[in-house]
Amino acid sequence: MIGTSGAQTLSLERSPETGRIALTVDDVSMIFARGNTSVHALDRISLEVRDGEFIAVVGPSGCGKSTLLKLVTGLRPPTGGRLIVYGREVTRPRGDVGIVFQSPVLLPWRTILENVTLPIDVLKLDAARGRERARELLALVGLAGFEKSYPNELSGGMQQRAAIARALVYDAPLLLMDEPFGALDAMTREQMNLELQRIWSASGKTVVFITHSIPEAVFLADRIVVMSARPGRVLRTLDNPLPRMRSLDDMLHPEFGMLVREIRGLLGGHVAVGESHGGRVDW
Amino acid sequence: MAGVLTGEGDPRAASSALPRWNTVVLWSRYGLPLTVFVVLMGAWEATIRYFEVPGYLVPPPSAIVRALWSGLMSGLYLTHAVVTATEALVGFVIGSCLGLTIGMIVVVFPTMERIVYPYIVALQTVPKVAIAPLMVVWFGFGLTSKILVVGLVSLFPVLVNVIAGLRAIDQDRLDLLGALSASRWQIFRYLRFPNALPFIFAGLNTAIVFAVIGAIVGEFVGANQGIGFLILQANYQLDIAGAFSLFVILSIMGVSLHASLRWLQRRCVFWMASSEPVGGGH
Ligand SMILES: Nc1ncnc2c1ncn2[C@@H]1O[C@H](COP(=O)(O)OP(=O)(O)O)[C@@H](O)[C@H]1O
Ligand SMILES: [Mg+2]
Repeated sequence: MIGTSGAQTLSLERSPETGRIALTVDDVSMIFARGNTSVHALDRISLEVRDGEFIAVVGPSGCGKSTLLKLVTGLRPPTGGRLIVYGREVTRPRGDVGIVFQSPVLLPWRTILENVTLPIDVLKLDAARGRERARELLALVGLAGFEKSYPNELSGGMQQRAAIARALVYDAPLLLMDEPFGALDAMTREQMNLELQRIWSASGKTVVFITHSIPEAVFLADRIVVMSARPGRVLRTLDNPLPRMRSLDDMLHPEFGMLVREIRGLLGGHVAVGESHGGRVDW
Repeated sequence: MAGVLTGEGDPRAASSALPRWNTVVLWSRYGLPLTVFVVLMGAWEATIRYFEVPGYLVPPPSAIVRALWSGLMSGLYLTHAVVTATEALVGFVIGSCLGLTIGMIVVVFPTMERIVYPYIVALQTVPKVAIAPLMVVWFGFGLTSKILVVGLVSLFPVLVNVIAGLRAIDQDRLDLLGALSASRWQIFRYLRFPNALPFIFAGLNTAIVFAVIGAIVGEFVGANQGIGFLILQANYQLDIAGAFSLFVILSIMGVSLHASLRWLQRRCVFWMASSEPVGGGH
């Protein structure tokens, strides 16, 4: 990949505080009322994410994963329970979490650099420093030299890298990713997983990563939260014993396969997710 | 408007490959249409001469060219074209600005919508040119009555498109800004307005066509100058070649107004690949 050397020059590394809690999801429920029917999306979810941890959330589609992320950002209030981000209860959006969506969501009228600095503009942070930081991050995600390009000149994978840079550009210590690589082809996806691991370890962020690919979750995460179908509940949280930094070859490890199988077993009947295509890398 | 977004022009303009100017391209782009035009005119001229169609029914192209030439040389067409263009342009600018402003207010302040929208819908269905006679009664034979008619007909396509454009926002984009705790104004500035630009230009493109129609209709109803006034005069005198030559003037006016707008559109909405605007006309 293009800019792997960028990590050394990154000026925004933070070292996670061991033992500090980044995110607490405390008994959170979410019921959407739609006319006279209601959708029970989340049912008494509780979760704790430590500072600097990489946590993956897997579950069948429609089980409320995206809803959970929206609650964490404060875009909507939960119908029950509370959420705490770095010690402060979430009551409204505060601009202290970074988000990456499934689609890049870049604004076509802004250059790549301007897209990455959008949070700087909105949060009214120091523009000159923001641009500096955006350049570093673009190098980190392998997009050095594309600052002046427009989004429609970049491939899907490159656009998603820009979206990641945008989520990192303001000092939000918590990064939320909602199936960020779901729209990418298998090869690009593997590359992005490797790079995300590198970016995560270089930046020291806390990451909550939603996916419906079980191998992707096992490859990336320290812990994997397995959710049930609607209403979404936490079925189990599994620790991932595989050491860092992981390589694609680690997916051949027996431990890797065992963990994948265990999660698949938990998801049981409703596994419309991460289905094997017979190959080793089944995403 | 372009300055609000970025200072830079189209990045693709430089990189897009220029077409190769070989003879085939030249022929298919200019030669062929020109040939077809000449053949059509020739056929028209020949038909009229052969069947001896009287000039006061359908004039031959040669007569139209003669009328056009004398109208241009005497300066008559220019003086009156300036009048019509002024009415169309001033009315267009007033109407579009009003449409833009009302549209933005309606979208940004939802309570205003409940007050204003019923009138918009009601007026939308009325053919706006129908009030032209009233305008002449109220404001006389001069420019004002025409400018008001033009303003009214160009207001609606812009208004409807502004509202549609400001509303047609992807939920993910709203969430992106929402999660950054963006204010209503910031969402407008960074998202809604640029997002609405292609729609606004779709509205403006319709409005500019309506503007010329509005000016002509206004002049038909009551005026003592302008191209519409000249067309009426030519008709009364059964000077059909003269009327046709005025149509030529009108279409030149329409095409150049439309082209200028397209030029502006390419600058402001540089990120849209296609040259055709999104959304319906009105
Ligand atoms: N704004 C909303 N209004 C009503 N229902 C919603 C809304 N957002 C999500 N839902 C419902 O909540 C459930 C969970 O949705 P979502 O969080 O998107 O699931 P996932 O991301 O796991 O696929 C779905 O059944 C969905 O239809
Ligand atoms: Mg989802």
